[in-house]
Amino acid sequence: MDFVNAIILLLNYIFIPALTYGSQLALGAIFVTLIYGILRFANFATGDMMSFGTMFTVLFTWYFQSLGISLGVLPTALLAIPLAIIFMTGYMLLVDKFVFRYYRVNKSPPVQLAMVSIGVMFVTQAVVRIIIGPSDRRFFDGEKFIIKAGEFKEMTGLNEGLAIKSTQVITIVVTMILVSTLFWFLNKTKTGKSMRAYSDNEDLALLSGIDPKKIVTITWIIAGILATIGGALYGLDKSFKPFTYFNNMLPIFAAAIVGGIGNPFGAFLGGYVIAFSEILLTYAYRKFFMYILPETMEPGGLVQLLSTDYKFAVSFSILVIVLLYRPSGIFKGKIL
Amino acid sequence: MRKNLNVIAAYSIMMSLIILVGVFQSWNIALSIFNLCLISAVMTMGANIQWGYAGLINFGIMGYTALGGLAAVLISVDPVQDAWSAGGFDILTSLFIIIGMILAIKFILKRYERSKIRTYFIAAIIILGIIIIRVIAEPGIEAIEAVEPAKTGFLGGLGLPIVFSWIVGALFAGGLAFVVGKVALGLRADYLAIATLLISEIVIAIIKHEDWLTRGVKNVIGLKRPAPYEVDLQTTEWFINLVEKFNSGKLALISDIADRQTALNQLVIEGSSVFVKLCYSGLFLIVVIILLILTQKALYSPWGRMMRAIRDNEEAANAMGKNVVKQHLLIFILGSAIVGIAGAMLVTQDGLFTPGSYRPMRYTFLIWVMVIVGGSGNNFGAILGGFAVWFLWIEAAPIALFVINLTTSGLADSHFLKQHLIESVPYFRFLMMGLGLLLIMRYRPKGILPEKIEIK
Repeated sequence: MDFVNAIILLLNYIFIPALTYGSQLALGAIFVTLIYGILRFANFATGDMMSFGTMFTVLFTWYFQSLGISLGVLPTALLAIPLAIIFMTGYMLLVDKFVFRYYRVNKSPPVQLAMVSIGVMFVTQAVVRIIIGPSDRRFFDGEKFIIKAGEFKEMTGLNEGLAIKSTQVITIVVTMILVSTLFWFLNKTKTGKSMRAYSDNEDLALLSGIDPKKIVTITWIIAGILATIGGALYGLDKSFKPFTYFNNMLPIFAAAIVGGIGNPFGAFLGGYVIAFSEILLTYAYRKFFMYILPETMEPGGLVQLLSTDYKFAVSFSILVIVLLYRPSGIFKGKIL
Repeated sequence: MRKNLNVIAAYSIMMSLIILVGVFQSWNIALSIFNLCLISAVMTMGANIQWGYAGLINFGIMGYTALGGLAAVLISVDPVQDAWSAGGFDILTSLFIIIGMILAIKFILKRYERSKIRTYFIAAIIILGIIIIRVIAEPGIEAIEAVEPAKTGFLGGLGLPIVFSWIVGALFAGGLAFVVGKVALGLRADYLAIATLLISEIVIAIIKHEDWLTRGVKNVIGLKRPAPYEVDLQTTEWFINLVEKFNSGKLALISDIADRQTALNQLVIEGSSVFVKLCYSGLFLIVVIILLILTQKALYSPWGRMMRAIRDNEEAANAMGKNVVKQHLLIFILGSAIVGIAGAMLVTQDGLFTPGSYRPMRYTFLIWVMVIVGGSGNNFGAILGGFAVWFLWIEAAPIALFVINLTTSGLADSHFLKQHLIESVPYFRFLMMGLGLLLIMRYRPKGILPEKIEIK
């Protein structure tokens, strides 16, 4: 019995939260990797672009709520996301046309494009804050829990409760659907294949008649979809605050590089690597050991490897170690 | 003279803008802008050495600034005797263990060939060391943090004059840069940017959460000043006389003696804070001028030419027998050390150390905007960038307010759009910075004052 309790404890406090957080990071990391692989620059505006998409989701959610439209037990935001994606891709294509295109056509070095993306970051951040303000917004509605901790305890008669939030399930399901569609698109369709070819060898792709303009447009559209959904899922699960999104850029970068930048599947796994290591290393295992060890061997302290203050620092340290020993990432940075 | 005309013109415009603020807003505001402009200028000089001279991207400026600030605390605060006796021994032991670990790893790295066993051995040393340190340091840290947590709760510093910390801050930042440079300098440009950004976040996390060393988010307030205090000045004879002399014309107009006295008191209060700020300006100006002379000399020395050669064509410089790796490391350390000085200056001026306030937006990206806008590779350009961007950063809100009032003058004051825009005035500074950066990068990619290579 104690063993089952211990497993439930780990599921409740480590596995499910890490899976959720990892999914949110994974979407962002694929976004970073796509931009890096095809447009060839590190996009420092990642976090703020995600908050831009989420802002539209929040605005449309409020609009639908004021009209009285809802999805019942599901959050209204799911209805708002498609509309937000349209606005988001519009914004991204606009930014590309007026800002990034010039440098791409001139074949500027990647560093210059990264600097330009910092300018875009400042502007996007300002626009988000001017439109919706810097404060914390919650836009979740519908049923909050699928299983409540208390109900679970009654149902199974265990000491430990397992709480599953509906946002967690939505996050994981949506991520799985989105990511598998994306991989299908990249691997099986003609456009996806031409994107991979372009990322692998630009000159050769151009020679074989691939239209670079089309590739770039499609990349921004996919990026817009990923950024909006990733941001909206994070906002649904926690809350929407522009500053948090800016900060999330750092673990997202870490995930993309750990997975091997330019490699979407690596970025996807990288998100989970970062999320799990952050939570595994900062969780206090005291209760877990109380269940599995006999009473005489009960630990005195919290049995915590690192204090939760260092949550972010964990992912950054992993990144530094990976950069040192395997600069191409754990999953070998094969291009796309 | 002629070829420096644009430099002189740009600087006169900048100075007259600050003087205009002094005339129209107040001298207090103008001087505080000027002081922070000077500090920003030191930071941009540091970043410019790395980016402009050598083409190295350092997005970790925030970390070095914070280390400089930490130096100010560790130098100037009086040591907390109780805390030292409570946990000083444990902390020192841990420190020796860390040194021992580093020496052991160095020895192994030197002595044995690269192999799997060596890697595992080093990992084992690190993990074992961390566990031992945690066991030893934990009770010490708890004891230290329990010593009057509301007032101290940390080890304190050395109790020296705070100006020393400017040098120590440079040493701290240089030391960190040495480690970071050893680790990260081999990376490609954009990886280096990301790695330095993340390392600086780690530094901030440590400063924020190691309360026994830095008091963390509880902040350290009331640091000693190198300048006199306003309160003391207001009661000092010579200062009151000075203010009286300075404003004698104005005071003579007031006939009533009591009125004249209150007017004088008011002037003394205002004058005292202006005087203190002027003291800081003088100190900062000395630092800026010394650094400017040194960096200018370096830029036009054989060493500077070598750095540019390395920047422009690494392989060719390598083929000419220049040690690229060593020079990159050197310049990384020098630039970071200058940023460390700026960090210590900043804390000196504020008189308080707030680890929570170090955010990448303000201390990394804004500095980069300054370098790019001012002109990378040109020290005068970098300083000008520091001045112009900081000036805009502060004055953006009033400018935005003015523009909003102008464009929405047709709307009623209670109109929701107007109210919303006026509420979000503080965020227009981000918009201005972003647009400024984008426009400069597009239409004047070398900055306001571009790099000049003089061949004599």
